Amino acid sequence: MQAAVDVQGQQHPIKLYLIVWAWLFILSTCSYLIDYFHLEGYLRWSLILLFMILKAGLIVAVFMHMAWERLALAYAILVPPVLVLVFVGIMGLEAKYTFLTRSLFFGSGS
Amino acid sequence: MADVTMTDATMKLSSEAASRPEGLRGIASDWSSDQRAFKSASWGKAMMWIFLLSDTFIFSCFLLSYMTVRTSTVVPWPNPSEVFSLKIGSTSFPLLLIAIMTFVLISSSGTMAMAVNFGYRHDRKTTARLMVLTAALGATFVGMQAFEWTKLIGEGVRPWGNPWGADQFGSTFFMITGFHGTHVSIGVIFLLWVARKVWRGDFDQGRRGFFTGRKGQYEIVEILGLYWHFVDLVWVFIFALFYLW
Repeated sequence: MQAAVDVQGQQHPIKLYLIVWAWLFILSTCSYLIDYFHLEGYLRWSLILLFMILKAGLIVAVFMHMAWERLALAYAILVPPVLVLVFVGIMGLEAKYTFLTRSLFFGSGS
Repeated sequence: MADVTMTDATMKLSSEAASRPEGLRGIASDWSSDQRAFKSASWGKAMMWIFLLSDTFIFSCFLLSYMTVRTSTVVPWPNPSEVFSLKIGSTSFPLLLIAIMTFVLISSSGTMAMAVNFGYRHDRKTTARLMVLTAALGATFVGMQAFEWTKLIGEGVRPWGNPWGADQFGSTFFMITGFHGTHVSIGVIFLLWVARKVWRGDFDQGRRGFFTGRKGQYEIVEILGLYWHFVDLVWVFIFALFYLW
């Protein structure tokens, strides 16, 4: 019986998954090399974030089929986490302030 | 002739797909007035996505608090490369176990994606084998994480302190990896359960499930795949933000 009738099971060629799979390994290796080569500072952080976003994007778009879903679903799922970044920003500021006050009031100077 | 059940959304999709607007217009049109909003996804798939969104919030909160705690402590944070290195013979390999764990989980995501593909082709045996392989890789991951925990606890890491630096290291580590490992374990159980259904031909015969009493379909493999890829996704973030940073 032909399986192609399942419209919901969009048949993408296996090759697509294998290519993405290979890229995930490459990007993971790159991430590991950041530590292996002892990269530091902004270079380290920007590369960590870059490879993380690329891997996440590939997994969500291809493996989880988001690239083929209608935008109504895609936006409903992907926009809220972007708002979480606002939370991250707020807590980043808060944490730095806490660090500052701890250094000032509990540091060896005072 | 009556192939596996086509859901409501599928019927509508095949007959009306051409008339649905795309892009931002499509968003407005899909969401507006009294209708089912997600045209390209069945209720099962939509609900799994929504569940994953809620789980994203949970893990985001954990990672966020880890960031807060690490940024605000005046005591230096332990160096992850040193803490998580494996000693083989006399050489220390930084982050070796973590690299292997990442490799294992990415492999499992690949086998899961292939299982979904074969599931829609109704190739029962291959699908079931790939799902069991995915579960095996997942179980391997949890085993390695358990080994990691044992090693660290043996070295004196506690939620309230550790030999190397800021006290909060232990609590954030155990909380984040513990929740993730639990998610992986639950995924392994589900994978084995559904693999058994696929192997037996439940989705071809319309056999009613034990828990819900409903007939399933191969889409369940895809929905489970969404959960599994999410688990891999969370690891991508944990690996980058906790171990590498």
